[in-house]
Amino acid sequence: MELGFYLSGLVAVLATVGLISGSSPVHAVVYLIVSLIAVALVFFALGAPFAGALEIIVYAGAIMVLFVFVVMMLNLRPEAKRDPLWQRPGYWLGPSLLALVLLVALVALIGDGQAGMTIDGELITARDIGLTLFGPWLIVVELAAILLLAALVTASHVGRRNKPRGNRNRGGTR
Amino acid sequence: MMMAATLLSFLLPLAGAIVLGFSGGRLGPRASAAIGVGSVGLAALATAWALLTFSGDSQGFTLWTWVSVGEFQPTMGVVVDRLSLVMMSIITGVGFLIHLFAVWYMVGDAGITRFYAWMNLFVFSMLVLVLADNLLLLFLGWEGVGLCSYGLIGYYYQNEANGRAAFKAFIVTRTGDVFLALGLFLIFVELGTLDIGLVLEQAPRVWAEGSVTANLAALLVLGGALGKSAQVPLHTWLPDAMAGPTPVSALIHAATMVTAGVYLIARLNGLFLLAPDVMWLVGIIGALSLLLAAFAALAQTDIKRVLAYSTMSQIGYMFLALGVGAFDAAIFHLMTHAFFKALLFLSAGAVIISCHHEQDLSRLGGLWRKLPVAYAGFLAGGASLVALPLVTAGFFSKDEILWQAMASGHYGLFAAGLTGAVLTGLYTVRLILGIFHGQPRSDHARHPRPGTSPLRHHLPLAILAVLSTFVGAWLYPGLEVVFPPRPDDATNAGHTLFQFLATGAVLAGLALAGWLFLARRRWLDAKVGRGLGARLWILFNRAWGFDALFDRTLVRPWQTLVRVLRFDFINLGMNLPAVIARLCNAGLVRSQDGQLRTYAKVMVFGATVILVGLVMTQGGGA
Amino acid sequence: MTGIPMEHGLILAVILFSLGLAGLMLRRSMLFVLMSLEVMLNAAALAFVVGSTAWNQPEGQAMFLLVITLAAAEASVGLALMIQLYQRFRSLELHEVSRMRG
Repeated sequence: MELGFYLSGLVAVLATVGLISGSSPVHAVVYLIVSLIAVALVFFALGAPFAGALEIIVYAGAIMVLFVFVVMMLNLRPEAKRDPLWQRPGYWLGPSLLALVLLVALVALIGDGQAGMTIDGELITARDIGLTLFGPWLIVVELAAILLLAALVTASHVGRRNKPRGNRNRGGTR
Repeated sequence: MMMAATLLSFLLPLAGAIVLGFSGGRLGPRASAAIGVGSVGLAALATAWALLTFSGDSQGFTLWTWVSVGEFQPTMGVVVDRLSLVMMSIITGVGFLIHLFAVWYMVGDAGITRFYAWMNLFVFSMLVLVLADNLLLLFLGWEGVGLCSYGLIGYYYQNEANGRAAFKAFIVTRTGDVFLALGLFLIFVELGTLDIGLVLEQAPRVWAEGSVTANLAALLVLGGALGKSAQVPLHTWLPDAMAGPTPVSALIHAATMVTAGVYLIARLNGLFLLAPDVMWLVGIIGALSLLLAAFAALAQTDIKRVLAYSTMSQIGYMFLALGVGAFDAAIFHLMTHAFFKALLFLSAGAVIISCHHEQDLSRLGGLWRKLPVAYAGFLAGGASLVALPLVTAGFFSKDEILWQAMASGHYGLFAAGLTGAVLTGLYTVRLILGIFHGQPRSDHARHPRPGTSPLRHHLPLAILAVLSTFVGAWLYPGLEVVFPPRPDDATNAGHTLFQFLATGAVLAGLALAGWLFLARRRWLDAKVGRGLGARLWILFNRAWGFDALFDRTLVRPWQTLVRVLRFDFINLGMNLPAVIARLCNAGLVRSQDGQLRTYAKVMVFGATVILVGLVMTQGGGA
Repeated sequence: MTGIPMEHGLILAVILFSLGLAGLMLRRSMLFVLMSLEVMLNAAALAFVVGSTAWNQPEGQAMFLLVITLAAAEASVGLALMIQLYQRFRSLELHEVSRMRG
């Protein structure tokens, strides 16, 4: 179980590094899927199989399929050829340092927390979660429903193809 | 009954003004003219009704209280007595005739709705002015007529000069109005009321005759009257006010508004009788104005400017009458002047329109055969203006003024009046000869287009012409009951002698004019052409240089001051926050470069700083 | 087998979060920016699940559900915007489509 946690954690980190440093969109999507599945494995290792299953189904399954579709549809090319910015340290040094400092600060904060809290891998079943969700946390379900509805409406409105207006706007943007 | 008629007489023009003013161009020229003329016509009928039912006593009633602040409770009230009835009759009667004539004059003009809206509003304001039972409401009407005058002088606003003339009239009369407002403040502070009846009743009790406060109050009110009535030194706006349409000049700048100052002083006669020094000043100013304006009228080439200076001169006569305490005579002359000067202006308007907007004396001439109606109007009006003995209205009123001046022992003023009578004859004859006789001096004058409409063109001129004769003088009701009795009214000695003198002055003026302009024309032209004569001509033409004087002493220094103050340091201090804000803006604009990365970086940087700070403080605490 | 210290789970979450943040700041293509956001959201979800399992309480996983709902909503709207962007500008490079004049 510990082995599973550390291994899949390592995989997740490496896949994420691959994602943010790669240049091909398709590779990046695949890296992200790998990262997400690795995190799902972390969930299994931690004793949260329901969360792990959801991670795979919703994240890796549904959301990432959406990304893949879009990448296919727009027929995106790798960007590295026309993007020589990686050779300029001034470009990536600042943000990387910033992220690093933030990481160190967060780790320091966590290290300062009370020690000795361990995860022994006891299962939290879907039943427990369901009881919580549809008992005292019902409002969260409703909020999530409204959020999804709003996202649906927004996406269908924003994403529709509107040729004439698009043309006019393109003309208007100089 | 009478009150209902009175109310109607000034509410009808208001209704007309509102309908026209808010029509927003939906009314055509015919409907506009119908409403504009109709409302004033009905107001004239209502006034006639009020005249018929008038019982002889002063009657007043309060419409509502304006505001109520402690003791200060100005009311919206009207008071009707003989004086206000005379004024009402002039305003609505002459006003109606002028409105009717304006239909002919303004035909084809694009802004006809605006014209009638302003005219109706003017009639309403003027009626409020004369009917008001307290000085505050009177002041409302006073400012209202000033506003309408401004709007109508600048009626042809596309020409910038007209706009400037309107500004000038507004600003100069406003100067006088400030004095009037101060006078009202003083009266209220001292007497605790603005009700005209109460003011006249209390003033003698509170103020001793000739006391400083009474003099000051009368002086301030006089300041307002001078501005509105175009008397020296606040007279410079009137000639420029001729930029408006001619019916406007006839109604506002001859018959009614400019005489408001005379009405005001007559209305507040009790106040002025308490201030003999100011009364003396009124007479002097009247005499001065009538002489200065009469000389200026001699040397004008624009027929409307001649009439404008003539108006100033005639109002000078009224002020002279007020100055010697002959309020009755002043109002009498006000009425006859309204008749004959309106007639002269309308006739001038008829000439101007017939001659394709030509109003320069040096380009007219020889029109008497072609424009017989206008010629008759000019003859009747001019005769009344020069006070041709016995047959004209002007004779009776002017005769009364001069007789009162002499009878009360003001021989200096009397002499000025006589001189003015001679000058009046001179400039009137010059005007009529210049327009109607001799050779036509331009194509416009050679091919005039006479007015043919009997109702709109002939009728107003004919009625006013009849009123300018002795018929007009008969209409005068006599206001002895309204005004305080004159102590020396009984002396009749020397009246016959006086009448010979006055008649002689008029005839002398006419004879001199005939001799100069007919027999010695060439000699006169030569004299005026160079040397002393030319200089005099320029002096008179510029009306004694008052405009230049004011320009030098007031306008230019003021502009310099303004220019200096534009760069003052206080203003710099005031601008400092704006400068700082602009600098901050310049700085902040740089941060908004539209790059998502920059925003994300700044946000993360802020979060990191907070987090690191948190870690440090916790580490320090632990 | 003494179990995993909770700190390790949280540190994993923080590392993933920081990587996502770095990606957000570094990348200029909107596709990568969106994916970095997904990584960050996922890291936050991981922190919730770690807390839930450490205390043996199901509420953390209920929050996890809310987070993936949020992620789904964000992804759908973001991708719709991205398609619109691509149609208008034929590019996903955010520095190219900026029309602001700073």
